[in-house]
Amino acid sequence: MKWEVVIGLETHAQLSTASKIFSGAPTAFGAAPNTQASAVDIALPGVLPVLNMGAVERAIRFGLAVGGTINQRSVFARKNYFYPDLPKGYQISQYEIPVVQGGAVRIVSPTRGEVDVRLTRAHLEEDAGKSLHEGLGIANRELSGIDLNRAGTPLLEIVSEPDMRSPDEAVTYVRTLHTLVKRIAICDGNMQEGSFRFDANVSVRPAGESKLGTRCEIKNLNSFRFLHQAIEFEVRRQIELIEDGGTIVQETRLYDAERNETRSMRRKEDAQDYRYFPDPDLPPLVIDPAWIDRVRAALPELPEAVRQRYVGCGLSPADAASISASDTMSSVFEGALGAGANARTAANWVRGEFAAALNRQEGDEPEPRVTGEQLGRLIRRIDEGSISNKIAKEVFDAMWAGEAKGPNAADAIIEKRGLKQISDAAAIEKIVDEVIVANAATVAEYRAGKEKAFNALVGKVMAATQGKANPAQVNAILKKKLAG
Amino acid sequence: MSQEALSAASLAELARELAAKRISSLELTRGVLERLDALNPALNAFVTVDPERALAEARAADARIAAGAGGPLTGIPVAHKDVLMTAGLRTTCGSRMLADFVAPYSAFVVERLAQAGMVLVGKTNLDEFAMGSSSETSHFGPVKNPWDLACVPGGSSGGSAAAVAARIIPAATGTDTGGSIRQPAALTGVCGLKPTYGLCSRYGLVAFASSLDHPGPFARSAWDCALLLNAMAAHDARDSTSILREPEDYTRLLAEARGARPLSGVRIGLPREYFGEGVDVEVAAAIDAAVAELRRLGAATVELELPAVKHSVPVYYVIAPAEASSNLSRFDGVRYGHRAASYADLTDMYRKTRAEGFGAEVKRRILVGTYVLSHGYYDAYYLKAQQVRRLIAEEFARGFERCDVVLGPVAPTAAFKLGAKVDDPVQMYLNDIFTIAANLTGVPALSVPCGFTRAGLPIGLHLQAQHFAEARLLDVAHRYQQATDWHTRMPALPGCRAP
Repeated sequence: MKWEVVIGLETHAQLSTASKIFSGAPTAFGAAPNTQASAVDIALPGVLPVLNMGAVERAIRFGLAVGGTINQRSVFARKNYFYPDLPKGYQISQYEIPVVQGGAVRIVSPTRGEVDVRLTRAHLEEDAGKSLHEGLGIANRELSGIDLNRAGTPLLEIVSEPDMRSPDEAVTYVRTLHTLVKRIAICDGNMQEGSFRFDANVSVRPAGESKLGTRCEIKNLNSFRFLHQAIEFEVRRQIELIEDGGTIVQETRLYDAERNETRSMRRKEDAQDYRYFPDPDLPPLVIDPAWIDRVRAALPELPEAVRQRYVGCGLSPADAASISASDTMSSVFEGALGAGANARTAANWVRGEFAAALNRQEGDEPEPRVTGEQLGRLIRRIDEGSISNKIAKEVFDAMWAGEAKGPNAADAIIEKRGLKQISDAAAIEKIVDEVIVANAATVAEYRAGKEKAFNALVGKVMAATQGKANPAQVNAILKKKLAG
Repeated sequence: MSQEALSAASLAELARELAAKRISSLELTRGVLERLDALNPALNAFVTVDPERALAEARAADARIAAGAGGPLTGIPVAHKDVLMTAGLRTTCGSRMLADFVAPYSAFVVERLAQAGMVLVGKTNLDEFAMGSSSETSHFGPVKNPWDLACVPGGSSGGSAAAVAARIIPAATGTDTGGSIRQPAALTGVCGLKPTYGLCSRYGLVAFASSLDHPGPFARSAWDCALLLNAMAAHDARDSTSILREPEDYTRLLAEARGARPLSGVRIGLPREYFGEGVDVEVAAAIDAAVAELRRLGAATVELELPAVKHSVPVYYVIAPAEASSNLSRFDGVRYGHRAASYADLTDMYRKTRAEGFGAEVKRRILVGTYVLSHGYYDAYYLKAQQVRRLIAEEFARGFERCDVVLGPVAPTAAFKLGAKVDDPVQMYLNDIFTIAANLTGVPALSVPCGFTRAGLPIGLHLQAQHFAEARLLDVAHRYQQATDWHTRMPALPGCRAP
């Protein structure tokens, strides 16, 4: 039987506010345990939450960017459960009325092309602290520690509809979302620090069936790779189970990256009753329409608009999607266009040499070492025919290595290394003559009808000029001479 | 002034004596501590007393007065209900759970009264976590009524009420979630004000039911309550339900000279529901006499009907436990407070810690609250209760179109015997039948002494007004107190004159 995979995602984006969502404590990552937890964060008796309007502003920005509705009145609710790293015994979240409803994220699916992944909602909530179980035991007694630095960190939970049909689509969606939240500067997107993480709802159904299958939720996935692997595993598990005559049980599962499998965490019937109710410490959040207008006016150009603009410049859909999805690539690409480079050539370079060089750099967020303007001027030399593509790659590598600085680095390197293309017909003819004389055997093979011998001769000419001869001219002159 | 006269003096009189340097805050505070030592063993009104801290604060207040920087409350001793956080002085909530808890910060109202120069003498006893109407459920034992040591002082702020009634201290703070300031004020013959919701910040008040909790003052007169409210009422950015509004001098209206009929033009609403069945005859007679007195002072009376008010108690006993069940979740033994000595695992630690740390009434309310918020019950209980709460508020709003003040008894009876209702929670809850609506609606309400039963137990008059109409409320009470002397009567304790 053919199966269709159905995926919906809940994404937790940590909002980039300096202080927490309900207290003034800082949100900076990596401090010593419990040094960034205020009386409110550790839930001393008598303390009260005060909403951070910076978090609300970021939620509005997101809502506008995805074309969702900003609820002018939304409500914070308490989600009650006991856990040691949940200091109040409840999490403040939004339940019945979230700040953002609806909207969509357009992705370019590897299989289906442009797809709008609809969003159900996006709501504000606070993060919990962390339980630490390692290295705390004293004298054979196991101890657990609680670090409340993260408690109260603002999160935007972005809930999608079940609109994705493959692990690849799911990853494309979260990557698109990742680009978006970074572009609108609401989240630093740092996955190592847990600033962007996902829960995946996965189900399968026979192809053509309209009813959804029973879903399983995979919790707390913190990388694109794990998301992909976890969904792949889960899809396989569900299909095998059904094909073996079993039935899927609605449950929450955990992904074990070391063993690459998902494991049952709790069944639906064991699901906790969170006893949600509106938090009486926080009046409903009322958002003035004028505020929404101000936020809208300050929005940057969104990745989707950029992508469409690139398509308009003549880029292939794949190039437009790939470049617009990366801040670094789109900024270099636009720099190259600004310097007068041809858009398609620039796109090839950005996705090719530039991306490769960037990947070779160390670190999580490598810094590009060639600017868009430098690249653009290099590409112009190719377009003009003053250097070949091959030479241009050598110039690019030299620029990346820092051999010359400034906007005219490419010209300086071409000059210094003497790489300018030889387009002087007389000079090329002279070399061609020499090559013909020196390779009589090859010439004979060509004349006997062996086409390949021609390429060998071109190679000899290029080698004799260290690759600087204009290839088109070499071809033409060689052909004429051999015919003669 | 003699020590006896000092302990009976009003805040305004004490301020005059202090300003004229006829007495120092140090002497005044020493007198309070002596009287406290003498009377507290019988009353059990205080959980914690810190004489050294009090005397140090008194010296600082004297220095401030000497520098000419004193205000109307500077140097006057005060006690705080033990659910209000006091930095460096333990805050127990009358519970084993927090028996040794010392907060690193002070509640907003505590801070405000300290800034005004009041001297913190100690923390007063109460029902555990402010849940109760008799001050009998404290981990530190029950509070006794100064008018009859066999009777309860009411609750939950029974310690503050008893301390003020026994003339140990001239002023104290309390908190009122369903009547916890007004009912003990009535049962001990003092004044107690529950201000409008949002007027006094809840920051540092250990939450029982967040949408119903109100901090407020206890004193012997409406004027004294006005002086305390002047210091306590202010906007606080740390409480999102705190209201931003212009500061007001609550003594201004009271200070106006008005002649023989000072309440002319004031309309007093008499809801039929407050005068019917269930009200003790002696209480009813005292209330009727108070109405007659107010008429003599120029007030007009208006008959009212508030039929939804009869649902106050059931509505309250859904909403308050619901909020409490969530608010008290933080007492889990993980970060502070009581933790069971031994346990098998995390769940066992939670179970034992909470089983040992909380008393029976607190557990009852956590259970009820957990139940009414549970999946499948939420709509039938919590949501329905919130709807009825809105109906009651609308009814009050309509009532206040026809009158300025709503009048009735604070409690259906005077003080009852210790132990009389501890085994019957519903009878205990019904004691708050007249006070709860003000918590559900947030309107200001005041308890004023208005007579005594034949057994010599005080009776309280309940006055409610529209949101933020504290000045009106205090003015009516003040004019009444100018014409009567109920509030000056003192219980027959050593050092007190008999009424």
